[in-house]
Amino acid sequence: MQATPLRLREKCAWGALGLLGFIGLWTALSAFGIVPRQFLPSPLDVLARFVHLLTTPFAGATLPQHLASSFQRYAYGVLLAAFIGVPLGLLMGWFRWLDDVVTPLFDGLRFIAPIAWVPFAALWFGVGIGGPILIIFAGAFPPCLINAYRGARFVEPRLIEAARMLGTGHLRMILEILLPAATPSIVSGLRVAAGLGWQSLVGAELIVAAAGVGFMMVQAQANVATPTVMAGMVAIGLVGMAIDVMLRQGEAWLRRRRGLPA
Amino acid sequence: MGSIRFDKVDKVFGPVSGGVKALDDINLEIADKEFVAIVGPSGCGKTTCLRMVAGFEPPSAGIVSVNGKTVTSPGPDRAVVFQQFALFPWKTVRENIELGLRNKNLPRAERDGLVAGALRLMNLESHAGAFPHQLSGGMQQRVAIARAYVLDPEVLLMDEPFGALDAQTRVVMQEELVRLARVNPRTVLFITHAVEEAVYLADRVAIMTRRPGRIKEVLDIRSVRAAENWDRHERIEDVMDLESFVHLRTQIWKSLREEKGPHGA
Repeated sequence: MQATPLRLREKCAWGALGLLGFIGLWTALSAFGIVPRQFLPSPLDVLARFVHLLTTPFAGATLPQHLASSFQRYAYGVLLAAFIGVPLGLLMGWFRWLDDVVTPLFDGLRFIAPIAWVPFAALWFGVGIGGPILIIFAGAFPPCLINAYRGARFVEPRLIEAARMLGTGHLRMILEILLPAATPSIVSGLRVAAGLGWQSLVGAELIVAAAGVGFMMVQAQANVATPTVMAGMVAIGLVGMAIDVMLRQGEAWLRRRRGLPA
Repeated sequence: MGSIRFDKVDKVFGPVSGGVKALDDINLEIADKEFVAIVGPSGCGKTTCLRMVAGFEPPSAGIVSVNGKTVTSPGPDRAVVFQQFALFPWKTVRENIELGLRNKNLPRAERDGLVAGALRLMNLESHAGAFPHQLSGGMQQRVAIARAYVLDPEVLLMDEPFGALDAQTRVVMQEELVRLARVNPRTVLFITHAVEEAVYLADRVAIMTRRPGRIKEVLDIRSVRAAENWDRHERIEDVMDLESFVHLRTQIWKSLREEKGPHGA
């Protein structure tokens, strides 16, 4: 374990190199006019616009306000997916008949990309909050369900046998044996769901929304305000990363509590 | 009351025709409060015998019954101690022991009393709040035994319970089990491949053949133990030195030896 600090520092150094290289290339492309500046603003332009948008409204709201409305939809969609997907997955993992009923249907539906729900979302909800939520739900639901199901289905057989021998009924089996046993798998599923949900959200907002980061970007594109589009992209990336980091922390904490290697 | 009976039991794994016959015509009766060990070469189906009493697997033919009732599913009247402990890693020691009592819908106060008794019995009082991964293998198996005993089961099924422990811990646990059996006699079906362990612990030892497993002979240890007064010795090594012990052990060894394959495997 002595090598760890050095390794970590090395890793950070390589990561920084990659990032700098990318920004350097980007600067060169726009500074030397290889790509017209109008279509590819320089990193500094984007940074300046990013800061500008923090306080100045564009398309009806400042960037933090757009992010807030995006995040609200996102939270609803992902939570809805988790609150339906995880229990359903656990139940499918325990009751074979439910597995038999749901799996064929689900296997068909999950290959429909979240974006493919956009026409329906638009028809049913217009630009209301329901549309993006439906699309986020479509993106986040499959990993919630699949991971809860797998986690429950592949609990160590001895633990199920021990619980049955102790006279454990169905409800307690699901809540006290399957759920905790499947928790690491469920948390990984939630992480994937959070990522897919965030991606679906922005896709949805490009089409069915009247506020949010995606909406801001479409409006900017219509005005050929490319720095604003890119500032939106940066914001999306940063928030996505922040969500992932937080969930990773949660996952590691959970594993430590269980005495598992993090 | 807790008697176990195997009546013309066969077990075939895989398809009904062309499957692997694991057990062939097992007949065995274990009386109430009797401690019977089954020894046999690995893969002979001794664990399968236990799993059928537990209700984890149905026999392919014949009947397995406990107290005259045919076994159909697992239940707390037949507590199992597994080789790999099978404790719930997300539950504390206390919660592991308590689960079976909660399933019986016992009131809180009664549960607390029983759990406290089981903790005391297995010397686990200071570890009640620990999680299984914080305990040594020996301690974990104590928890598993406490979890089984607290249910006050009619029969106790132990599947190589000390097989995963190191030699020293194993000896301590064997002595402990003898102590338990004296304080609190139970019908026990004990599976092991360790001959000494079987002779030291059991009233009778059933010896199985290689696959397909059959019961080759059943030795009565009780009469020798009483006649030679093994119980005056506190420690397992003193019993193991006795001529009567050595004699029985050798007898079982020879019987098992005959079951080894042509390559001695």
